[in-house]
Amino acid sequence: MNTTDRRVDVLVIGAGPAGLALAARAARAGAGRVEVLERDQQPGGVPRHCHHGGFGSPPRPWLHGPEYARRAVTAALDAGVALRTGVTATGWAGPLTLETTSPAGLERITARAVVLATGARERPRSARLVPGTRPAGVLTTGELQRSLHAYAQPAGRRAVLVGAEPVSRHAARALRRAGTQAVAMLTEHPRGTALPGVPLLTRTTVTALHGRGRLTGVAVRHQDGRAGVIACDTVVFTGDWIPDHELARRGGITLDPGTRGPCVDPAFRTTTPGVFAIGNALHGAEPAATAAAEGTAAAPAVLAHLTGTPWPTPGPRLLPESPLTWITPNHLPTPATRPLLLRATTPLPTPLLQAHQDGRPLWHHRFPTHVPPSRSLHLPPGWTRRIDGEGGPVILSVS
Amino acid sequence: MSVTTRGALPGGAYDVTVIGAGVVGSAIARELARLPLRIALLDASDDVGDGTSKANTAILHTGFDAVPGSLESRLVRDGSRRLAAYAAENGIPVEPLGALLVAWDGEQHAALPSLAAKAGRNGYHDARIVTAEEVRSREPHLGPGVLGALDVPGESVICPWTTTLAYATQAVRAGVDLHLNCRVDAVTSGDPHLLATGRGPLRTRHLVNAAGLYADEIDRLLGHDDFTVTPRRGQLVVFDALARDLVRHILLPVPGALGKGVLVAPTVHGKVMLGPTAEDLDDKTATGSTAEGLALLREKGRRILPALLDEEVTAVYAGLRAATGSEDYAIRAHPAQRYVTVGGIRSTGLTASMAIAAHVVDLLAEGGLPTSGAEDLEPLRMPNLGEAFPRPYRDAELIASDPEYGRIVCHCERVTRGEIRDALASTVPPGSLDGLRRRTRARAGRCQGFHCGAEVRALLESKARP
Ligand SMILES: Cc1cc2nc3c(=O)[nH]c(=O)nc-3n(C[C@H](O)[C@H](O)[C@H](O)COP(=O)(O)OP(=O)(O)OC[C@H]3O[C@@H](n4cnc5c(N)ncnc54)[C@H](O)[C@@H]3O)c2cc1C
Repeated sequence: MNTTDRRVDVLVIGAGPAGLALAARAARAGAGRVEVLERDQQPGGVPRHCHHGGFGSPPRPWLHGPEYARRAVTAALDAGVALRTGVTATGWAGPLTLETTSPAGLERITARAVVLATGARERPRSARLVPGTRPAGVLTTGELQRSLHAYAQPAGRRAVLVGAEPVSRHAARALRRAGTQAVAMLTEHPRGTALPGVPLLTRTTVTALHGRGRLTGVAVRHQDGRAGVIACDTVVFTGDWIPDHELARRGGITLDPGTRGPCVDPAFRTTTPGVFAIGNALHGAEPAATAAAEGTAAAPAVLAHLTGTPWPTPGPRLLPESPLTWITPNHLPTPATRPLLLRATTPLPTPLLQAHQDGRPLWHHRFPTHVPPSRSLHLPPGWTRRIDGEGGPVILSVS
Repeated sequence: MSVTTRGALPGGAYDVTVIGAGVVGSAIARELARLPLRIALLDASDDVGDGTSKANTAILHTGFDAVPGSLESRLVRDGSRRLAAYAAENGIPVEPLGALLVAWDGEQHAALPSLAAKAGRNGYHDARIVTAEEVRSREPHLGPGVLGALDVPGESVICPWTTTLAYATQAVRAGVDLHLNCRVDAVTSGDPHLLATGRGPLRTRHLVNAAGLYADEIDRLLGHDDFTVTPRRGQLVVFDALARDLVRHILLPVPGALGKGVLVAPTVHGKVMLGPTAEDLDDKTATGSTAEGLALLREKGRRILPALLDEEVTAVYAGLRAATGSEDYAIRAHPAQRYVTVGGIRSTGLTASMAIAAHVVDLLAEGGLPTSGAEDLEPLRMPNLGEAFPRPYRDAELIASDPEYGRIVCHCERVTRGEIRDALASTVPPGSLDGLRRRTRARAGRCQGFHCGAEVRALLESKARP
């Protein structure tokens, strides 16, 4: 078979905010050939389809997703990154060798460092086990944004949004701009924020979809037993993110059961020497700026690896206790230097957080705000210096 | 050669008309296409295989557990052999994985010898009972409590979508007229018969009723009241491709008092299927899934393969079997009326389809249909949807000859623009996104369109269709 074999220094899979930021920083620091592969025709990742403001760090209301994506692409190209779009990494041919497909043919690319920056997706209706018929008009925010912005396809006339978090509101606004009426937003949680003019149903779940051919309505049920059907021809399942972890799993890279992304240390090293993971591939949806910051922060560790720094053995695991659901990084061979991200499955009103190791308290802190499940808590890293590298797992709990 | 989806139907009388372009009706049309006759294949839907045929468990059965001596037993055994050969010749993906009927309690374990004996009476002699240890070593992820199993090495999984499409494609290429969106509402029996359809009248000398769930209703239009179809719903859950390594065989349940039960099986598309349920209903359109059905499947699945439940679900769907209350097919010839009913093709119709077709042509001959001059049909090369066989995105030579096969559109399923283009230009083109999915796997993966949905829709819509 005519498969081409090539070598590069750093191979980044995914040209979203995380991958581009890492590539730019690594290339500027003299990492050699830094190549980014992107399966889409255009680089920039999810922000390309987010036609709303608030991108950047700190968030800038006037900075829209497509412009943010363009800047990230330009920065990477200016740094000398080789950016290749329309190229899909389909699997592994060795510990640091990826197989790719593109219109130019098949390749095997071996790198000295591989960085997984493959992003995340929303769980669709089927993965959420919503029963009923299988009509058209059932979308995720991702599909909705692309169909509206990249293809100018009409959404329906009346849409219900499942979820009441920032991404749900963006979906509702995008629908409005397209002339679709957002008839309701619903969330199983006791609170959420909708848009003015859009009824918000809390403590409510979708129990079935109705309609043949096209959606005609969604059946809903409130926690107190009240139930009904909302007539609509479109339903958008928003939020509920899961890392696109296929490559990581196919490469035998250990995943964290909480994030479902690769298990990493504070320097974004996975359990496989030479393989790093950053951005939403690690933990599901965070703001683009957080993903980009992870990319930038991982670059020094990538460079250190290129110059022969040994790959550390994983340190003590970090284990969140219910209702906490995940934390990154996932293990700490060295103290953390950046905030740790932590999420819960239920809303936490002014939570008191604690960290213990082998029964020994390491840290506690009360957060003065209400924390919804769609937002991460940023834990300061200082206390991680108190972790005993030889000790047992570090337990995170909330009271 | 033509496929029509709207407008009036051609005039003059067809020699034979087949109502229903499911797997059975399409197989019959294909078998008839070998004869020098004028043939029509009609379906109420906008696509072939859009009824029960698209939503089944996709197993190419040996027939080991049929009722010995029944017509179904004979046609399943014969059909299984025919379809396996046809699939190999025409590029329909089949994986001969073999089945294990796993016994989880004493009663099930005690039933294995009689099942092995029944297999023998159905002419299948390769089934044998294996120990718990052997089952465990062959299926290391099974849940605790396995007592043994019946090994049925001849069972396979097959692509149900490609099968129906191959039959219809071959039939159309050999001159059969396929009329879609063409529901038959009334029949005036005569010579020729006059069918009133949603697209106007159609005349035909011989008539075959392969209308699946509606076969009883068509039968009544011709004055027969032999059987009633009771839809038996089967809900199924399909788990993501990353679950595929958890299971190596088709894991069949040991049938008990409550019917055939829930199985776990790899699909030829590289995923894992769990199901089906068995619920008798009276609504022939009730192809929705239910919370209770899904909860039941998850409970059963957890016992069979606990790790499966941690995997992502890519699809949930339901099919309706055409049950009749009888334990056999309801295939009835009415030679004086030049009419054959193919009813009650419940849960083995995919497997038996080619044998049913041959049997039906024999029955038509009894009604005076001239069946001499049969010719072999041009073999096909169907696009490969099977995960165990080379797919275009992995084929360097193919991509070199046409770069569109290197342009992946649906990332989860690795479907290329070249394949979508080919499907849109094929003999029996898709009329909807679902039809396109059944021809290419586009949008059949874990993201269900998050990434590719808009582009796939744009490609479908950019194609001006008849
Ligand atoms: C859950 C489940 C699991 C199964 N598993 C297997 C398996 O593993 N292996 C196997 O071999 N079989 C299996 N089967 C059975 C198999 O799917 C069926 O036996 C087969 O699909 C029957 O084919 P058919 O053509 O008779 O019916 P259908 O596929 O329903 O086709 C009938 C067609 O007739 C059309 N039609 C109806 N009325 C009219 C009208 N008035 N005018 C025009 N058109 C009309 C319909 O639109 C439809 O397209 C399973 C079935 C179910 C439900």
